[in-house]
Amino acid sequence: MEQTWRQAKAAFAAIAIPPLAWLLLFFIVPMTVIWAYSFGENTGPTTIDFTGTFANYMRAVEPLYLEIFGKSLVVAGLTTVLCLIVGFPVALAIAFASPRMKSWLLLLIMLPFWTNLLIRTYALIAVLREQGYVNFTLEWLWNNASGLMTFVGLQPLGEYEPLTLLYNNSAVIIGLVYVHLPFMVLPLYSALDRMDRSLMEASLDLGAGHMRTILLVVVPLAAPGIASGVLITFIPALGAYLTPDLLGGTDSQMIANVIERQFKRANDWPFGAALSFLLMYLTFAAIAMQALVQRRSERRR
Amino acid sequence: MAKNALPIPSALRPGRGGVRKERPGPLEYTRRWPLRLIVAATLLFLYLPLITMMVFSFNTSRRNVVWQGFTTDWYVKAANNASLMEAFVNSLTIAFFCTIISVVLGALAAVMLWRFRFPGKTAVEGSMALPIVVPEICLGVAMLVFFARVMPWPMGLPWPLNLGAITIAHVSFAFPFVATVVRARLASFNRELEEAAKDLGASEWRTFWDVLVPHMQPGLIAGALLAFTLSLDDFVITFFTAGPDTITFPVKVYSMLRFSVTPEVNAASTVLILVTVVLTAVGLHIQNRNADNRKA
Amino acid sequence: MSEAVVSNAPAPKPTPHVKDNAIIRFEGVTKRFDRVMAVDNVTLDIREGEFFALLGPSGCGKTTLLRMLAGFETPTEGRILIDGKDVADLPPNKRPVNMVFQSYAVFPHMKVADNVGYGLKMDRVPGEEIKTRVAEALELVKLGGYGDRMPDQLSGGQRQRVALARALVKRPRVLLLDEPLSALDAKLRDQMRSELTSLQEKVGITFIMVTHDQDEALAIATRCAVMNRGVLAQVATPADLYEFPNSRFVADFVGSVNLFEGVLERDEQNEAQVRCPEISSPVYLDHGVTGARGSTVWVALRPEKIEMHKRKNGETAPKMEDAPAGANVAAGIVRDIVYLGSETNYEIELESGRRIKTFRSNLTRYDQEDFTWDEPVWLAWHACSPAVLLS
Repeated sequence: MEQTWRQAKAAFAAIAIPPLAWLLLFFIVPMTVIWAYSFGENTGPTTIDFTGTFANYMRAVEPLYLEIFGKSLVVAGLTTVLCLIVGFPVALAIAFASPRMKSWLLLLIMLPFWTNLLIRTYALIAVLREQGYVNFTLEWLWNNASGLMTFVGLQPLGEYEPLTLLYNNSAVIIGLVYVHLPFMVLPLYSALDRMDRSLMEASLDLGAGHMRTILLVVVPLAAPGIASGVLITFIPALGAYLTPDLLGGTDSQMIANVIERQFKRANDWPFGAALSFLLMYLTFAAIAMQALVQRRSERRR
Repeated sequence: MAKNALPIPSALRPGRGGVRKERPGPLEYTRRWPLRLIVAATLLFLYLPLITMMVFSFNTSRRNVVWQGFTTDWYVKAANNASLMEAFVNSLTIAFFCTIISVVLGALAAVMLWRFRFPGKTAVEGSMALPIVVPEICLGVAMLVFFARVMPWPMGLPWPLNLGAITIAHVSFAFPFVATVVRARLASFNRELEEAAKDLGASEWRTFWDVLVPHMQPGLIAGALLAFTLSLDDFVITFFTAGPDTITFPVKVYSMLRFSVTPEVNAASTVLILVTVVLTAVGLHIQNRNADNRKA
Repeated sequence: MSEAVVSNAPAPKPTPHVKDNAIIRFEGVTKRFDRVMAVDNVTLDIREGEFFALLGPSGCGKTTLLRMLAGFETPTEGRILIDGKDVADLPPNKRPVNMVFQSYAVFPHMKVADNVGYGLKMDRVPGEEIKTRVAEALELVKLGGYGDRMPDQLSGGQRQRVALARALVKRPRVLLLDEPLSALDAKLRDQMRSELTSLQEKVGITFIMVTHDQDEALAIATRCAVMNRGVLAQVATPADLYEFPNSRFVADFVGSVNLFEGVLERDEQNEAQVRCPEISSPVYLDHGVTGARGSTVWVALRPEKIEMHKRKNGETAPKMEDAPAGANVAAGIVRDIVYLGSETNYEIELESGRRIKTFRSNLTRYDQEDFTWDEPVWLAWHACSPAVLLS
């Protein structure tokens, strides 16, 4: 039903030129410049020569940086897994809620997604710090437990030591899960919502329990939705800058923080450019894997 | 009406003496308590920090710890903080221009990809998707380099022209989102409507305005909402393109966080959250109204 | 009531496999969705070996009743018994009933054999036995050798057979069929109708079918329950449903009918008379009605039970005494003719202005009488033909 551009050249030009020109000038060109820089060398404080060297990439695969890449992958992977574990039952509950409740729950899940990332991270700090509500709750539980133990004649538990919930790796993961949970819930929800209910009923009718129905019928059929949920959680988590910056300690820097340092502080743009492109290649690899899963499940259909 | 019901002994008749609570059906997962617990815990996890922050924006104490009393002082303080207010206004201005440009470009791109067949279409589709998937940090540094070396944005331009660089950077990642949303909407367009309009004598141009644009409208609204929040939300890309005199709200909050946290930030953040919530509500309302009109 | 009269419908089909025990019993079952009453105090027994049809317009609660039996909905009130046991506490996967879904619900990601074997696997039947039973079941539904196909390689009709095999292989006490023929095209539907009947006789399992198609119910079922707005309107054999409907709703829903409102003027042991304003002479019946004299009743007259004869203009109606024994006669004018091939439908305007339907089989290739538009006619029907309805 599409028409070829030759049939309406003037209309096609009027429609196509503005977005394509913008994309070229303000996206492709900047990206190409960075890509070129990744093969360049610093020759002065502000001058960079395009020498075609691979030195930047060689430096990026040194153990120090490989470790950071590995760590970023692990953190992003853990975040994704946690989001999946929490998100799947939530998506299931939303998909099978009554229509009224469903739209409220969806709105509640989506609202934080519309809220500024920085504000959310900042709000999380206030809750997690030593003088925050998580520690207050734990202290209250601790003291009550302690009181109870004295009451039944045991030794009290002693003074409550506030947990350090901030400025470490687990804080980064909590923060990433906090930020990315809606990304996971929404595609899972739409996959579960689209699924033919009678397939689940058929499974129950044939004697399978709920767990087996979910494992043997729901998960295989929702695989494309799960894959896209995993992807859109994993990609931003892998490239996260703000969360590790604000919630992480000195040893929880992720790849984006290293890139930022090259550009803003170390002033080593070629090396930063090389790291950026490596991060992008990793992203593309993740997308390719997802496409593979998608294609396989489509072929099965 | 004649019933084939046999008389039932009243002892067997259920529901006497108080209706028994109906047990959940097998697929009513929402009514099962383990799932309810998980949903409740998740919502608590998502909202507790935000609500705490909002509540403490009204606290008399400087420290975000103990509730001491109600005050709106922090809102006054925030309003009197010139640089904070400037950043706030900047953010809204950038979001406004970003939305307009993104909707126009996104709609054009969507129509182009939906309507036409042309050489290199796959490549164009692929590059349109790139800004969506490329990590923010990569786009951020690319923009930093671009505005530093390739196309330096003139310094000292009058407001709001000085915000041009940031706005451009925002449009670059926002308009492909708009294009995706609008194109999804276009996919449900019934070509026969267009043919009917032409059959009834409308020109190409009139058909576009009378038939296609009204159909696109919900997509355009959703896209505009998305562009606005993406722009307002963005920290990383702005962080790399902002100059010393072009601070946006997130960047300002970020630098304040580095020094000291005062309830002023809570107050300003609360206002920003309210702005987004209200805008989202308006957008959803418009969309629902459209959906209802269409159904009627 | 009218059951006293001997039916001219064929004697019910012999059903030696139907036993006397109630395999399913609904006791005062009610289902409310929020405020909507989907099923309202239904009490019904279904006997072992029956091919039972739940018939009714969409939204009448028939599917809800079926789904409550399968365990997908829980009754708001009342009890459901299978083999005399209350199944309220049994989830769907523990009930001895299996279902063929309207959409078939064949798992798209499993081979045909895995689909059919799914239920057996859930029951932890040994692998070897699964294999042989799956093969048998596929053979039964004429899909032998299709085990390795994926569902998307099958036609709609074949997918339905997979769904049937998948349910039957578990040897359920009762097989539930939700609108089994609605998604098939007309030719396939006729074929599947007879196959379902013979399949049911072969396996001897009780079948319960939900349908909105009265032809389907009359053709297949040994007994039907007609539902309307959540209430059972009538439970009877197909022939009784058609010839002795108990209400205007049933008369109108099952088959085509002309309904006349009237007043019961005379009601004796073996004759009765109803005066209908829309028919110029009173309607004479050769059986009693058991209604109060002077009460409002409805006369239901099926189109095929009306005979049509030529009438000369100005001719008066024969007197009751002259008419053939027990016949009713009314004058009319042909207003519309629809030729349908095997038969021709006529719309006749009575003297009161009321239009009624009748039809004639096209017994020969040339119409012997050749009725035409605006032609005056006599309509006649036997005194035992109309059904008198009290509601």
